[in-house]
Amino acid sequence: MSTGQLPRWVDYGLIPFVNLAAAFLVSGLVVVLIGENPLEAVRILIWGSLGYGEGIGFTLFYATNFIFTGLAVAVAFHAGLFNIGGEGQAYIGGLGVTFACLALDHIVPWYVTLPFAIIGSALMGAAWAFIPAWLQATRGSHVVITTIMFNFIASSLMVYLLNSALKKPGSMQPETRTFEAGGRLPFLNEVFPSFGFGYAPVNLSLFVALAACVLIWLLIWRTKLGFEIRSFGANATAAVYAGISPVRTIVITMLISGGLAGMMAINEIMGSQHRLLIDFVAGYGFVGIAVALMGRAHPVGIVLAAILFGMLYQGGAELSFEMPNITRDMIIVIQGLVILFAGALEHMFRPAITRLFTPSRAHAAEEA
Amino acid sequence: MSETPAIELRGISKSFGPVHANRDIDLVVKKGSIHGIIGENGAGKSTLMSILYGFYHADDGDILVNGEKVTIADSKAAIGMGIGMVHQHFMLVDNFTVLENVVLGAEDSAMLAGGLDRARIELKRLEEEYELRVDPDALIQDLPVGLQQRVEILKALYRSAEVLILDEPTGVLTPPEADHLFKILEVLKNEGKTILLITHKLREIMAATDSVSVMRRGEMVATRETRNTSMEELAELMVGRSVLLRVDKKPAVPAEPVMQVENLSVTDQRGVQVVKDVSFSVRAGEIVGIAGVSGNGQSELLETLSGIRRATGGTLRINGQTIDLGTSTLDAADMRAKSMGHVPEDRHRMGLINSFSEYENSILGYHRDPAYSSGLLMNISAIKENAVAEIEKYDIRPPNPMLKTASFSGGNQQKIVLAREIERDPDVLLVGQPTRGVDIGAIEFIHSRLVELRDAGKGILLVSVELDEIRALADRILVMFDGRIVGERGANADEGELGLLMAGVEDNAKMSVEGDAR
Ligand SMILES: Nc1ncnc2c1ncn2[C@@H]1O[C@H](COP(=O)(O)OP(=O)(O)OP(=O)(O)O)[C@@H](O)[C@H]1O
Ligand SMILES: [Mg+2]
Repeated sequence: MSTGQLPRWVDYGLIPFVNLAAAFLVSGLVVVLIGENPLEAVRILIWGSLGYGEGIGFTLFYATNFIFTGLAVAVAFHAGLFNIGGEGQAYIGGLGVTFACLALDHIVPWYVTLPFAIIGSALMGAAWAFIPAWLQATRGSHVVITTIMFNFIASSLMVYLLNSALKKPGSMQPETRTFEAGGRLPFLNEVFPSFGFGYAPVNLSLFVALAACVLIWLLIWRTKLGFEIRSFGANATAAVYAGISPVRTIVITMLISGGLAGMMAINEIMGSQHRLLIDFVAGYGFVGIAVALMGRAHPVGIVLAAILFGMLYQGGAELSFEMPNITRDMIIVIQGLVILFAGALEHMFRPAITRLFTPSRAHAAEEA
Repeated sequence: MSETPAIELRGISKSFGPVHANRDIDLVVKKGSIHGIIGENGAGKSTLMSILYGFYHADDGDILVNGEKVTIADSKAAIGMGIGMVHQHFMLVDNFTVLENVVLGAEDSAMLAGGLDRARIELKRLEEEYELRVDPDALIQDLPVGLQQRVEILKALYRSAEVLILDEPTGVLTPPEADHLFKILEVLKNEGKTILLITHKLREIMAATDSVSVMRRGEMVATRETRNTSMEELAELMVGRSVLLRVDKKPAVPAEPVMQVENLSVTDQRGVQVVKDVSFSVRAGEIVGIAGVSGNGQSELLETLSGIRRATGGTLRINGQTIDLGTSTLDAADMRAKSMGHVPEDRHRMGLINSFSEYENSILGYHRDPAYSSGLLMNISAIKENAVAEIEKYDIRPPNPMLKTASFSGGNQQKIVLAREIERDPDVLLVGQPTRGVDIGAIEFIHSRLVELRDAGKGILLVSVELDEIRALADRILVMFDGRIVGERGANADEGELGLLMAGVEDNAKMSVEGDAR
C-alpha cells in the first residue's frame, strides 16, 4: 500500500510524533534506571532549550548547523544518493569561509565578506563532494563508501593545514588567527537585543540557512533540474528514457549537496568561532542524516527536525549540568535513541498506523 | 447439493479514498475450473484479486475458501491457504536470479545454500512437467518480459498453489506462447487446480474458460457459462455499448521516408549481439509493424533508435539528417528534439515514474520544453492544464492529474504514456506494445489515434508481440527473428506464414526484401 493513501497530517505529523514519543519513552526508562525523575528531566531539557532567551539562542545556533547539513543529505536523497560525507564537506567548506575572511576582514565590512564566504564555503564543500560524485557516476563506486573515506581525508588534511600553512605565526594552537570585524557575522543579540539571546552564538547565518531552505524547495519542486533529480532518484531507467543524463544528474546533485554541507562552516567559523580550528564540525554532518530522515527530505520538515535536534543539544547540555547523574554521554544516548526511532525505525509504527487509518476512512466515505 | 466451491466471495467492497474499486461483489468459483474475469480498465479486477490474495483488505464482505470463512491477513496467509497469484505487474527482484526469486519468501531454513539446492531440483521438475523452461541462474533484469512471467508462474507452483490467480498473463505473450500457457492451465485444471484468469482478450475467454464473470465500474454485472455466451455479448456487458472488434482504416498513402535505418547492429550488456545488421525504412503516412516472438531483438531495436541504448554500428537517417549510430552520443532527449516520440514497451520500468503524480508524468521527457517553463521555474499550471486536456481527450480515469500514476489501473497508465507521446505530434513515433493490458474499448480508441497520426502524414514503427494487432494496424509487416529481419509482408499477410517466419523458418522471399530496403 502506498503512503499516498494516508492523510498528510498523519504522514507528516502523527507518525513523526509517535516515533518521537517512543524515543522519549525509552529515554525516560533510561533516566529512571539511573535513578532520576524523568518528568523533571524533560522539564529541564525543555526549559533549558526553550525556557529563556539565551537557551533559545543556543538551540537556534545548533539548528542552523543542522539545517545546512540536513538539506545537504536531503538533496542527495532526492536523487537516490546517500551522501554521508557532510562531515568532511563541511570541514573543507571551512577553508572557503576562512580564505574569504582572512583576505577581506580588515578591508571591508562583514556584509561584503559574507557573499564571498558563502561562495567560498559552497565551492570548497562541492569540490570535496566532486570526486566521490564522479567516481559514482562514471565507475559506479558507491558514494556511501567514498564519502566516508573522504571524511577521513578531510580530517587529516585539515590537521596538516592547521599545523602548517594556516597556523597563526608564533602560536602553538592548531588554528588560524582570529578574524577582524569584517570577518565576523553579527550575533542576533546585537541585531535584536530585545529577544535577550544573551551570549548565545546564534548569528545572521540563521537567515542564510532559511534562505537556503526556500531555494532548495524551489530547486527540487519547481525547476527542471529538480524534476530531473527526483526522476533519477525515483526511477533511473525511466530517467534515461526521458533523456536525463545519469552522470550529469549524479555529479550536479552531489555538488549541490556538498556545497550545502560546506555552508555549515559559515555559522561555525564566521558566525561563532571567528577563526578556523580543529574539528569544528563535531558530528553535525552526521546528525544531518537524521535530520533529513526525520524531516522527510523536505525543507519545512528539516527546519523542524533541526530545531528538535538543536533542543536536544542545548537542553541536553543543561540537563547534564543540572542532573550530574546524567552525563554528557547519556545525552548522546538519548540523541541516538531519537535518531534510531525517527530514522532507522521510521517504519516500525507505520504499518499499524496505516491499518488504523485506511478502513476508518473508507467507512467514513461510505457514510458520507 | 453440488461440491463446495473453491473460492466464494460475498459482498466484497473496497474503496481507495473516493474511488469505489469494488462494490458489493459476489463471486463463486468452482473447484477444478478455469474462471475468467473480464472488465474495462479500472473496473476493479486487479483489486478484487488482490483482496483474495491478501494484498489489500476488503472494507466489507466475506471470503470463503473451500466453504470455510477465512480472513486473509497478507499474501503469506493466502499462500498458506493454497492461493497463488501472478500479478499484472510482476513482483520480481530484478537483480536476483530466477532461482532466488522463486525461493524468495519460501526459504525452508535460515541457511540458504542447502535450500537453494533442493529448490533447484524442484524447479527442474516443475520446469519439465509444465514445459516452463527458464535458466535458473539468469538474472531477472536480463530476461525479456515473456520469460519473467514464466518465473512468476513457477513461483506460484513452487509454493504448491491450489488456486492460481493470473492477472492478464497473456498481455506479454505471443500467440504460440499464449497457447502454451493455456495448455499448462489445462493440465493444472485436470489435476484439480482452480484457475482465476483475468484477461482483456475475449478470444482467450472463449477458448480457455469454463465460466466467466464481467465487472463494470467496480460492480459484478454478470456471470455466464462460457459455452452459453458469445464475444459480442461479453463485449457489450463490459463496455455497456457494442464495440467495434476490428480496426477501421483506409489504405495508407505513404510518401517520402521519414526514417531510414541501415546496417544497425546492437550488442547487449552481456556482449551478445542482439540486433544484427538490420535495415529498413519507415515512410511518412505509414505504419510499419515489427512482428516477432519477444526477445528477438525488437526491444533493443526500439531502445537504440530512441537514444536509450548504444549501437555497435549502423546509420539512422531521420528528417534528412544522417546519424552514425556507432559513434553517436545522442541521448533520448536529443532524439525527441529530432521529433521522434517513443512509447516504451514496459510502461512501469521505463514509461512512467510511479511515485510521481499524473501531471508530472505527462511531461516526462518533455520537461525541458519551453512551453512548460516560465523563466527559471517550471510552469506548473501550464503543465497541469496540458495534463487535464490529455486526460479528457484520452478518457483517462480517474480524471485527476494530482493522483500518483501508481494508483491508476494498467490500461489507464498506458493511456497516460500514449497521450504524452502522441500529443507532441512527432514525425516518427516508435511504439512498443501499445495495447498491452488495455481493455477493448480503449484498444479501439488507441488504434484509431495511431491511424489518425498515420493519416496526418507521420511515420509509425510499431513493435508488438500481438500478431492480431500488427495485422490490424500495420501497412507493412517486418518479421524479426534472432536479431535479424527475416521477412517482409504486406498488410494482409497470412497468419500462418507470419507464424512460421517468427519461428525462424527460412524465408525464400528474403533476398528481394533486403534489395528493397536499400
Ligand atoms: N492503490 C490504489 N490507490 C488508489 N486507487 C487505486 C489503487 N489501486 C487501484 N485504484 C483504483 O481502483 C480502481 C480499480 O483498479 P484496478 O486496478 O482493480 O482495475 P482493473 O480492473 O484491474 O483495471 P486494468 O484492466 O486496467 O488492470 C481504479 O479506478 C484505480 O484507479
Ligand atoms: Mg488490473
